[in-house]
This record gives sequence, C-alpha cells and structure tokens, in this order.
Amino acid sequence: MAMLEIKDLEVYYGVIQAIKGVSFQVNEGEIIALIGANGAGKTTILHTITGLIAPKKGSVIFEGKEITKVPAHKIVSLGMAHVPEGRRVFSQLTVYQNLKLGAYTRSDKDGIEETLQEVYKRFPRLEERRNQIAGTLSGGEQQMLAMGRALMSRPRIILMDEPSMGLSPILVNEIFDIIQRVSDAGTTVLLVEQNAKKALSIADRAYVLETGNIVMSGDAAVLMDDDSIRKAYLGE
Amino acid sequence: MSFLSYLINGISLGSVYAIIALGYTMVYGIAKMLNFAHGDVIMIGAYVMLTAMTSLMAPTIPALLLAVVACTVLGVVIERVAYRPLRNASSPLAVLITAIGVSYLLQNIALLVFGANTKSFPSVVQLPALSLAGGKLVISSLTLVTILACIVIMIGLTLFIKKTKAGQAMLAVSEDKGAAQLMGINVNGTIALTFAIGSALAAIAGVLLCSAYPSLTPYTGSMPGIKAFVAAVFGGIGSIPGAMIGGILLGVIEIFGRAYISSQMADAIVFAVLIVVLLVKPAGLLGKKIQEKV
Repeated sequence: MAMLEIKDLEVYYGVIQAIKGVSFQVNEGEIIALIGANGAGKTTILHTITGLIAPKKGSVIFEGKEITKVPAHKIVSLGMAHVPEGRRVFSQLTVYQNLKLGAYTRSDKDGIEETLQEVYKRFPRLEERRNQIAGTLSGGEQQMLAMGRALMSRPRIILMDEPSMGLSPILVNEIFDIIQRVSDAGTTVLLVEQNAKKALSIADRAYVLETGNIVMSGDAAVLMDDDSIRKAYLGE
Repeated sequence: MSFLSYLINGISLGSVYAIIALGYTMVYGIAKMLNFAHGDVIMIGAYVMLTAMTSLMAPTIPALLLAVVACTVLGVVIERVAYRPLRNASSPLAVLITAIGVSYLLQNIALLVFGANTKSFPSVVQLPALSLAGGKLVISSLTLVTILACIVIMIGLTLFIKKTKAGQAMLAVSEDKGAAQLMGINVNGTIALTFAIGSALAAIAGVLLCSAYPSLTPYTGSMPGIKAFVAAVFGGIGSIPGAMIGGILLGVIEIFGRAYISSQMADAIVFAVLIVVLLVKPAGLLGKKIQEKV
C-alpha cells in the first residue's frame, strides 16, 4: 500500500483549473520527484496535500487515512512536513526560535532537544548561527533552516518545494546531498523541482507535470534517458 | 514642582493610552486589521465594572475581574462573528468598515442598556496619596496604580511572547500565516487569543480611565480609542514597546499641551505631533522596515 496516495485531484483558482485530475503515489522510503515547468501546478499540488488549498475534487490519502479535508495546522502532527517554496522562514525570529516552532506540535521536551541536536549535527551552520535573526541568513542557510525546521517535527514524509531555487550550483549540490541523507535516514521524500536534472539524479521515480496533467511517469533513471524529457527539461 | 506633577500626570494618562494601544497594535500585528471597535470595548468594560460595584455591591477586585472576563468574551465573540468571516475577503476595507460598524453597534447597545445619561464612576483605588518633598508634590494613589499597572502589563506581555509557545505562535502568525499553519499552529485560535488579551487589557484601561475621569457615557471609549490608535501608530504599529512608548509620550504631550499652551488645543497638538513624527519617520518611532534577503 502506498504511503501517500493522490487520487483524481482537481484544483481551481476561481474559474481557472490549475490541476486537471492528477493521481500519483509515494511509497515508503522513496524519493519521488515531481518535475515540470513554471506554472505546471507543482506547488499547487503540494499546497493541496498539506491543506493550504482545498481541492474541488479528488482525495489525498496518507497512511490509509483520508486527509483531504484535514485543516493545514493538523497535518504536521500526522507525520507530514512541508518545506514551502521560497523557504518562508520566520525572518524576524532567531534560527533557534524557528527550529523550536518546527516542533510546535510536540510536547516531549527531551525528545525535542534530541531532535534539535540531530538537526544541528546535520546542519552545523545552523548551530553556529543559532542566535542570529533568520532574515539575515544567506539564501542557502535559509534553505537549510527551512529543512531543519521541517525535520524538527520528526516527519515520516517530507514535502520539499523547489529547494534549489535561487541557489548557486555548489549550494544546490549541497542541498541535494542533504536531501539524499534525509532519505537515507528513513524519511520519505516528495520533491518538487524545476531543476529536473538534479531531481532525477536522486529520485527513485518521477512524475512529469504539464499544465495541470501528469504527462509521463516512471523510474527516474529511465526518464533521464527519455528523448522527449531530455529535450524539454534537461536542455539537451 | 508643577512641572513634575504635570509630567507624572502625563505619564499616568499615557499609561492608560499605552494599555489601550497594546490591544490595537497586537491585533494589527497578528490579524493585520485595525479594530476600530477597540475603544468601545473599554467603555463596555467600564459599564460592567460600574454595574458590578453599584448594583451587585461587588468589591473592587471581583468587580474588576468580572469586567475583564466580560470584555475578553466580548472581544472573542466580535472576532468570531464579525471579523473572521471577512478574513479572506478580497478587500481589506471590508473588515475595516465592519469594525466601524461594530463600534457603533456597541455604543448603541450601551445606549439602550445603560441609557444616555452620564453616570459617575466610583473611585476604585482608595489608598492614601503619596506626598513628596514636604507636601509640595502630591501623587494620588490612582496615578501610581495606573503607572504600576502599565509596567506590570508590559513586562508580563513581553515575557508571555518571549517565553511561551502561544507567544511564539503569535510571532509566527504575525509574520506568515501559511508557514505558521505548516508548523501546526492554529491561526484562527491564535488570532482569537490575541483578541482575548487585547480586550482584557481594554477592560483594565477602561476602569483606570474612568477612575481618573469619572464620568461614563456610551461614547466614553471613542476618543481614548482614537488617541490610543494614534499612540500605536506613533510608536510604530505592530510593535509592543512602540505602543508603550507612543502611549506614554502621547499622554505627556497632551497634559503639557493642556497645561502650558491651551486646554482647548490639547487634542489638536497631539495630532499635530503625530503628523510631524510620521513625516520624519513614516513607520513610527520603533516601526522597522524589514530587509528581506532572497
């Protein structure tokens, strides 16, 4: 059984249909990439999964439980974290305060402290800068903070929206290394990316989204060799 | 000595403005709306206090608690019934106009229930006055209690926001409602809590204000409400220390204006100072422009 299952999802912005009947599955332990051009509907799908947008039709099933109508603030305690597009760290709070807010739904003090140390271990930069105001961090550091903040809830699945956006190539590699390590540590990953090449390089499977429809899906390695994908998304 | 006594009176009046301004500034910071009915919650608080003391013969402290509870409930109900349904309205003016409507509604309910006659407010603080410098400077106990209340509220609120989870949630919601929800924060609940705190403070401010100026009508809250709004903007709306400094400065300017320039012009002077401050510092004294790094 799939860990996360999206069935016949249809989402509208007013009268405009952004998602036109999308279905896909994420199995436990996988890295799934959702790739596609700007405006294809990738972010909309993530927002619908975590309840920030309500779909018109279709359902979202997480670990066998229908969560389509669960409000956004109740999603994280189910074991699903969302790293939003553009990081959206709390720029006026410190790194430490941001991380603590990531554990907002948890009340086990010792456990939170333990997770905090794990996050610091994974992102030593965050520990160095723990008392710095988040708005003064660099783009790469803010991305690390957004990921660390999501990990503070100890999610079983993590949704990441364009983690490489606006970062230098070296930082992009670093961020993708971290995603790989988060996955190796046992967290399932649903990754939305415009950087299709990097996304396919770490993903197990991928879905290709075009104007609200899934037009292709399969093993990431197979898609990487597909001629139409190479032309449209890999710039070859 | 008169200068000192004007200054202390100004700080005391300013403390009342500051307590009211905290309600404005917190609601603005977190719900991004101007609650123009806030001043009228003060008036309701004062009427509840008056009724409790005169009709129910309640002692001061229980009567004050009753006023605080009544205003807290009122604030939460107003938010739930009048503002929440409009939170995602396409125009921010919808909720602003509703707030003005709620303000008139509260005034007219008070008119209906308590009548149009001016009621005289009992003296709430009955402690001896403090006499300094061989009787040359006398500070009434009410003045001291008002200033003390303001200090205690300021410290309490700062600690609440810094140290508690609910306080951190408020900061998160004030910055990014969507990201706050992704952390598991109930945005509606946090906004309701903000209204509850602001309205509880309004009740305290109403009682202190009416003790200092003991005549109560259904319109008692509107001018202090507007001045506290000015104080909040003056200090930098959204900023808690800003509301505090803005309120106290406003009170001092008002009392000095009344004492040294003209008692009729005092309100005009207050607003003139606001205009000058906003020309020089458009975000208010402590208002800050956040530099965002991408």
